[in-house]
Amino acid sequence: MSNNTKVTTPPAPQQGTVPAPLSQQHALLQIKDTRVWYTTITGEARVVDGVDVTINKNEVFGLAGESGCGKSTLVEGVLRLIKSPGHIKSGHVLFTYPKSVNGEDTTVDLFTMGLNEVRPLRWQHIAYVPQGAMNSLNPVMRIEDQIADAILEHSKTTKAKAMANVRQRLDMVGLPASVAHMYPHELSGGMKQRVTIASAITLRPELLIADEPTTALDVNVQKVILQELLDIRKQLNLTIVYVSHDMAVHAELADRMGIMYAGVMMEVGTTIQIFKDPLHPYTQGLIHSIPDIGKERKRVEGIPGLAPSPLAWPNGCRFHPRCPHVKDICKRVEPPLLEARPGRLVACHIYSELWDKAS
Amino acid sequence: MNTMSDNNVPTLQARNVTKEFAVSGSSLRRGHIAAVDQVSLSLYAKPPQIISLVGESGSGKTTFSRILLGLTGPTTGEVLYRGTNILALNKQQFREYRLNVQPVFQDPYGIYNPFYRIERVLELVIHNFKLAKTKSQAIDMVDEALRAVDLRPNDVIGRYPHQLSGGERQRVMLARLYLLKPRIIIADEPVSMIDVAVRTLFLNILLDFRDKLGISCLFITHNLSTAYYLGGQIMVLCFGRVVETGSIDQVVHNPSHPYTQQLLTSVPSIDPENRWSTRSNLESVERPVTHEANKCVYVTRCPYAMPICSQQRPPDFATGEGQYAACFLHDRNVEKPEAAVEAGFK
Repeated sequence: MSNNTKVTTPPAPQQGTVPAPLSQQHALLQIKDTRVWYTTITGEARVVDGVDVTINKNEVFGLAGESGCGKSTLVEGVLRLIKSPGHIKSGHVLFTYPKSVNGEDTTVDLFTMGLNEVRPLRWQHIAYVPQGAMNSLNPVMRIEDQIADAILEHSKTTKAKAMANVRQRLDMVGLPASVAHMYPHELSGGMKQRVTIASAITLRPELLIADEPTTALDVNVQKVILQELLDIRKQLNLTIVYVSHDMAVHAELADRMGIMYAGVMMEVGTTIQIFKDPLHPYTQGLIHSIPDIGKERKRVEGIPGLAPSPLAWPNGCRFHPRCPHVKDICKRVEPPLLEARPGRLVACHIYSELWDKAS
Repeated sequence: MNTMSDNNVPTLQARNVTKEFAVSGSSLRRGHIAAVDQVSLSLYAKPPQIISLVGESGSGKTTFSRILLGLTGPTTGEVLYRGTNILALNKQQFREYRLNVQPVFQDPYGIYNPFYRIERVLELVIHNFKLAKTKSQAIDMVDEALRAVDLRPNDVIGRYPHQLSGGERQRVMLARLYLLKPRIIIADEPVSMIDVAVRTLFLNILLDFRDKLGISCLFITHNLSTAYYLGGQIMVLCFGRVVETGSIDQVVHNPSHPYTQQLLTSVPSIDPENRWSTRSNLESVERPVTHEANKCVYVTRCPYAMPICSQQRPPDFATGEGQYAACFLHDRNVEKPEAAVEAGFK
């Protein structure tokens, strides 16, 4: 955490303001200068290209951004789930968790550990609900058997204990005990999604990473699941990283948010700050393009222009071809993610000295 | 739900359209389920209008749109194009119907042939409907159509579908419609798979089409916020039946059917300082397994269900100017439970 706000990508620009370090003892997950690239026949696709962000204990952190901005790849990278031709190009992910032996917190770097060392952390300490998880339940296994399977795989316990645990967790997500004996096809989409969440929290992890868990669901069901997630978080002292493109969901759920664009973090702040006072022109565009039901009907313009390709991100600021405030400097120098206001990180020249010099 | 019209014949009309599907399974469940249950709708080309059809998954939105497009036939009821059943149109009328009632589908990935360059969909309509006399005129038309949907021709022409984003592909579909200038667009969840920032661009184009080209649109969505942005009329569909109709402003500010009310309380607000104050109870989101004709479809989930709701299908009651709800809570002769009276049903 010593240098939380360091320059995200080379070439290193001059650093404007001196970053004040964020509170260190509450950090659960520190993602530093993380790059996840894919090797393609046309070159390296730099899908995640220098992300710095810190997730604090017991918060709901909303990871937002348009499709293709790298949010899913980032969390897959954090979990070391990237498969060839993808690879972790650089970075560190420091995860702090209580080691059950002595109860003290240990910090490990998920990127330097061997996969055999990361594996025991999964499910025990970091749970993951991937995108579309509800459609990857095994159709020929009863719900209780597949959840127990995961428990037995990731912890040293007996089948009987695992089964008892399953019932308790199903209850926690509001599913009746009868669901345990059912097969996935007997459940509705919302119920299946709740099964995947129940399965993820069976071993009482510290961190739950959920990737678009309610995207394919109706609003009614979405509301139920989001409210349950918040309940579970309270009961288990859970930290949640919630990945979604849906800004309205973040507004309901998240404590803090990170806005990604073109493989980098553009802005980090509390949800209220992001919505009430967005600093980055991209965040501003994003917030203003959400139609607000019930309010005065006015035409909003959205963000014109095309989403860039990870094979060739624009030079300088990656948002500059679509930015309404673009200046010469934006085309040349990539702005670092700096603390523009207390607790607010933003990667935009407007908030640095370079901007003043340029103008 | 019709607004004034120059003539009284709607360009496209659905009359009591019902579509039943056979349900297999155990003897208890076997039978027929009405995916679309006596839905009527009139779409006028003049004045151009946008009607939103809102419903959750499984409410029959897509089935209804497929019936309007003539892609599947209704079990009962009929679809009329300028007053004639679409199954009874002669060859020339049918061609006119196909030209004038155009779809935009949900999946911007599934509608393109990956082996052809993107401009082919535009060139095909120019060719098929003989819109251009010369080749250079055709090229100019493609350029103009792409510009009309905020795309730069140079960014798009010569590319293959996989090289464009979902939002761009959906806009190319609108460019195709710009060339055809149909009277009516049936848009089935056209923005559900594209990002918010691009979504408004798409919606703005639909509004421009209405205002500048005079194209009406039936906009089918599960997203009430999007429907609200477009304005106009709304029909709320619940398990195949229309439960509420009216202007979107009335329906959003004064929902008169319990289902619409619940739907509205579940929409996440974009104000983090004003989060959900009510909890959603689990029972209310489970779906009824069977579909019964002589009941309200919402009776199992309705917080104000009365005996009559399980005995009769509720007819439409006027609940405001041009606003109707299929709900016995608006029947003056029915005694309502206390909770309903407290909630404002008199």
